[in-house]
Amino acid sequence: MNAYPVPSLVPALPELILAVGALALLMLGVFRDNSQRLVDVGAIVVLVVAAFTVVMLPGGTLVTFGGSFVVDDFARFLKVLAFGASAVAIAMSIPYDRADNRPRVFEYPVLIVLSSVGMGMLISAADLIALYLGLELMSLALYVVAASHRDSVRSTEAGLKYFVLGALSSGMLLYGCSLIYGFTGTVSFAGIAKATQEGAGIGLVFGLVFLFAGLCFKISAVPFHMWTPDVYEGSPTPVTAFFAAAPKVAAMAIFARVAVTAFPGIVPQWQQILVFVSIASMALGAFAAIGQRNIKRLLAYSSIGHMGFALVGLASGTAQGVEGVLIYITIYLAMTLGTFAIVMSMRRADGPVEEISDLAGLSRTNPPMAFFLGLLLFSLAGIPPLAGFFAKYYVFLAAIEAGLFGLAVIGVLASVVGAYYYLLIVKVMYFDEPAPGFVPMPVELKTVVGVSGLFNLLFFVYPAPLLVAAAAAAKSLF
Amino acid sequence: MATWPVLSVTTFLPLVGALFIMLLRGDDEAVRRNARWVALWTTVVTFLVSLVLLARFDASSSEFQFVEKVSWLGGYASYHMGVDGISLPLLLLTTAVMPLAIAASWRSVQFRVKEYMIAFLVLETLMIGTFAALDLVLFYLFFEGGLIPMFLIIGIWGGPRRVYATFKFFLYTLAGSVLMLLAIMAMYWQAGTTDIPTLLRHDFPASMQTWLWLAFFASFAVKMPMWPVHTWLPDAHVEAPTAGSVILAAVLLKMGGYGFLRFSLPMFPDASADFTPLVFTLSVIAIVYTSLVALAQTDMKKLIAYSSVAHMGFVTMGIFAANAQGIAGGIFQMVSHGIISAALFLCVGVIYDRMHTREISAYGGLVNRMPVYAVVFLLFTMGNVGLPGTSGFIGEFLTLVGTFRVSIPVAVVATLGVILSAAYGLWLYRNVALGALDKPSLAGITDMSRREIAIFVPLIVTTLWFGFYPSPVLDLSAVSVAGLVQHYQSSLGAAATAAVIP
Repeated sequence: MNAYPVPSLVPALPELILAVGALALLMLGVFRDNSQRLVDVGAIVVLVVAAFTVVMLPGGTLVTFGGSFVVDDFARFLKVLAFGASAVAIAMSIPYDRADNRPRVFEYPVLIVLSSVGMGMLISAADLIALYLGLELMSLALYVVAASHRDSVRSTEAGLKYFVLGALSSGMLLYGCSLIYGFTGTVSFAGIAKATQEGAGIGLVFGLVFLFAGLCFKISAVPFHMWTPDVYEGSPTPVTAFFAAAPKVAAMAIFARVAVTAFPGIVPQWQQILVFVSIASMALGAFAAIGQRNIKRLLAYSSIGHMGFALVGLASGTAQGVEGVLIYITIYLAMTLGTFAIVMSMRRADGPVEEISDLAGLSRTNPPMAFFLGLLLFSLAGIPPLAGFFAKYYVFLAAIEAGLFGLAVIGVLASVVGAYYYLLIVKVMYFDEPAPGFVPMPVELKTVVGVSGLFNLLFFVYPAPLLVAAAAAAKSLF
Repeated sequence: MATWPVLSVTTFLPLVGALFIMLLRGDDEAVRRNARWVALWTTVVTFLVSLVLLARFDASSSEFQFVEKVSWLGGYASYHMGVDGISLPLLLLTTAVMPLAIAASWRSVQFRVKEYMIAFLVLETLMIGTFAALDLVLFYLFFEGGLIPMFLIIGIWGGPRRVYATFKFFLYTLAGSVLMLLAIMAMYWQAGTTDIPTLLRHDFPASMQTWLWLAFFASFAVKMPMWPVHTWLPDAHVEAPTAGSVILAAVLLKMGGYGFLRFSLPMFPDASADFTPLVFTLSVIAIVYTSLVALAQTDMKKLIAYSSVAHMGFVTMGIFAANAQGIAGGIFQMVSHGIISAALFLCVGVIYDRMHTREISAYGGLVNRMPVYAVVFLLFTMGNVGLPGTSGFIGEFLTLVGTFRVSIPVAVVATLGVILSAAYGLWLYRNVALGALDKPSLAGITDMSRREIAIFVPLIVTTLWFGFYPSPVLDLSAVSVAGLVQHYQSSLGAAATAAVIP
């Protein structure tokens, strides 16, 4: 009898494809000259193939690696989102370097693919070790890409800041994990759930708080958000777009999975943490963004606010709530990627610009761009009939069901305050006198903006597929 | 009987026109001309299609008609449309006023005409949808969606303080509405559906009704607008382009009243009864206070805006009197105010297009150079005052009769508003149209063109027609109103019986 059976590798096939693909692309980049283009395309292909494999895996819940890696509908849903967002982020970065005449580093797409491996691991993690492994794999690649413009002081500063604070958060997370392990005697989520069935002692709750603090760092929720504006502003814009999208998906996924599958017995304990974090994020996101002049900083605060809204769903602790989170994060991805594609197109003959005032009168110098940005901003503000409204609708629906009326009222009022700063940008574009126009948009960005804009505009016509998929995914956690 | 979805066609026809205009290329004169004509024809055709609704409407039934229901939002809500005697008059008002608003913008809007027309057509779809939606989520979608085009209309084509005004408009309305959204969700979990006809028959627990009523009230009171949350309206009216003011006064304000009739009263009867004193108080304050404020205005549009708030006070008062006269009067007053206030804003637009000022002191003695205008303006001033023979009288009279049956003091104080409205209306007319024409800037002013007269003719006809013969509107809604009143009274009766039996 074999004491160490080889685990089934099928459930982890997408991650394996990504890992092998990343190494192959790295070889290609190192040993062949002028292969940047090939590596870019290759990375996108690998991500798409991985996403496709996720869909093609056998149905039901697959478990492997001794129960620490699980593929259920929840994981499938989020992996497709995360891999898709990574692929889009790579596609968007291509024209950015081309326009700057900057020699494109082939490591960039490779790092994003490696980071995606971490995301896949994170989304599927079913114990604390796998969680930490996935989180670090994802984050290490992120630290490097934040500093990928190594000649730029801002970029290296952003990378360093992100690294130091990220390391701090990893430390807290690990400390939390060790406390949880100490008090329950197990690292597996199912085991922890069993141990906490009858409630939890103060020590375990302590561990829970540290674990959540680490995760809040990754999704940049208040009070662990401080790095976000600086890193968003300092990183090259394509990297910021990537940060705002795929890693958030993965971190939110593991947040939901840990909370729901590991601690179902002590919902009131973690619910109050999430209610606080969510209110603080929504409020800070709404108020702090008002004073911003730099659009990347503004979007950083906006993403803090949006994470707060997504957490409203999680705070309710129900299947309805998780479904709300999934819908929210999907629509958030569409809005964010589209918005960043436009931010990347803010470029004059002498280089990129990123002040909000540079958008003045865009509705006259470039009407389609202004139309789509306006659309995305109204969607971000949550005005019906755009997709952003439905995102908010489902998380608040869950909060009302769970009886979190105070959270819901504060949340919707925060969304009104938030609407103010989105409107300010619309005002600059539509009501102000034109500033000099931008250079024409590259075709890659046009495609991203068009697709995400139309998704946001027409979501209400046929929303059923997303709603059904999200409901199925949420159900697999309970 | 209906072989094609008349209601959906009416609702989405303007959107088709908007798409068509979007396809027009360039920014030269030809595009502008085409955009105007496409917009005008779209609104006219929409109006004609909505007349089909009127022709096929069975006024002897209080049921929803032209009902269309398609699954939507994966079981959470459905695309459910339909009209009854309460929503149909308002829907027709919308489709009727739109062509006039487009025509009124013919000359006064000269830049970004294409976008302007698109915004108006999108707005029309959303307004019609608001009155026709029979699902709360769908209703909210239309109700809130209207903010976007209106925000742009005021912000792009408005006056000097347009940014301030449009932000105030947007944020006030949004803040009110989000609370309603939460109430909608709470109703979903309580009743298991957002379907309006089902909810109309659902009994909400009394304690929940209070909160739901307040949340809906927050939204509709802002939209209406009621004192003290009316302050966005004068700003929005003053800064909006003429057609924007017309639509705002004629249609958007009516959404608040419609909301009270469709949701607050029938769905939360106990809470409505509890809060009637509050609504009466706010209405009476609105009637008297804003009439006094109107007396002190120097800007014509602002004066009319304050008078709108006062007239909407009559509407809320009549609705919450909750008897047949009050509610019928409320509906009639909404239709009548939609016509008269639209006409008054158009009157201001006529002279604003010539002189580019709305200061009352800049005018005087216009009757000497603009006799036709003076007659038209006089007619609508009288309509606004509520002179018998104009539609304004019928609405005010019925709401006062309805209120008198419920609370004599409220009716007495509200009647003061009629006197005050005569005071500011006549004062405005005297200062603008009468007297000697001694201001040199006015010496070259010309009377109304044929286009302008053509815009006013339908408004004049309906004002006088409904003034002498109000039956068409009253008959259209009578059965639905009777059904509403009966439902309301029986719910209250049931609650009272339940309270007696411990």
